Amino acid sequence: MSDAATALHHPAVEPAESPLTPESWGKLGMWIFLAGDAVGFGVLLAAYGVMRATSVDWPHPAQVLGIQLTALMTFLLICSSVTMVKSLEALQANDLPRAKRFVLLTALGGAIFVGLQAMEWTHLIERGLKVFGNPWGATLFGSSFFMITGFHGLHVTAGVIYLLSIYRVISRVKDMRYNYMVTEIAGLYWHFVDLVWIMVFTFVYLL
Amino acid sequence: MADSHAKHGPSYMAIFWYLAVLTVVEIGVIFAPFPRMAVAVLLVAFACAKATLVALYFMHLRIETKTLGYIALTPIAIGTLLVLVLLPDTQHVPRQTADSHRLEAPKE
Repeated sequence: MSDAATALHHPAVEPAESPLTPESWGKLGMWIFLAGDAVGFGVLLAAYGVMRATSVDWPHPAQVLGIQLTALMTFLLICSSVTMVKSLEALQANDLPRAKRFVLLTALGGAIFVGLQAMEWTHLIERGLKVFGNPWGATLFGSSFFMITGFHGLHVTAGVIYLLSIYRVISRVKDMRYNYMVTEIAGLYWHFVDLVWIMVFTFVYLL
Repeated sequence: MADSHAKHGPSYMAIFWYLAVLTVVEIGVIFAPFPRMAVAVLLVAFACAKATLVALYFMHLRIETKTLGYIALTPIAIGTLLVLVLLPDTQHVPRQTADSHRLEAPKE
């Protein structure tokens, strides 16, 4: 059994244990997926950095984009990460109704995030920010902004759908060990989305 | 789990407060009268600290197997390599954009 399983008295150990993946094949698969996805986001942010560093007229994001709304969105994602881990705590305590409530709250946080992002995009588009141009400077500012925040927004949307499907699964399945395992794997994805937003918020909005 | 966390480190709510405070400090830093480079360094450091907290505590990497730790480190290594490879491009190219090219194009 892994350190994590020992330390947390992990109840969800798959039968197919091996020295390579002592915890869970599903968890290993999710981590490999997340590592690949992280490289994708890394490439986007690195390309953004190069474009910005080689541009003479890159607008100052904090002045153009406004950070009050995105600060609220950041806080919302942090809160949703907490509700996600709280659902795991509840599952570990065999409190399924509480776990389901926290999974729903997490999905709700994600849905509100996507709604706020849609509101932000609408507002910026009305002010003139387009994929192929904007009133403030470099053309690539708009395209890179929409590409990076849009790619992240797609991840949040997928995460909300994923969490709702997990809610359905744990509502039907009675095996708490299985429920813990699938919720923990979904949680990894959700925390990753939060982690990526921390980087996007800093590099695209604050710097 | 709360007991386990009490034994092995800060609770989830403590991590939440660390993240919230770091976010507030980040926003404060961009309005502080520091040199631009210092602001950039501070912001990147705070973002890395927040990402590390999420990975170690919320994603349980702190107590996971080494295999998962190595998988998590892989994109960081690739990202670092990517930045090193791209750095020369930001130093030696003319600081121009498509827009400035368009402005400088000869008129017929």
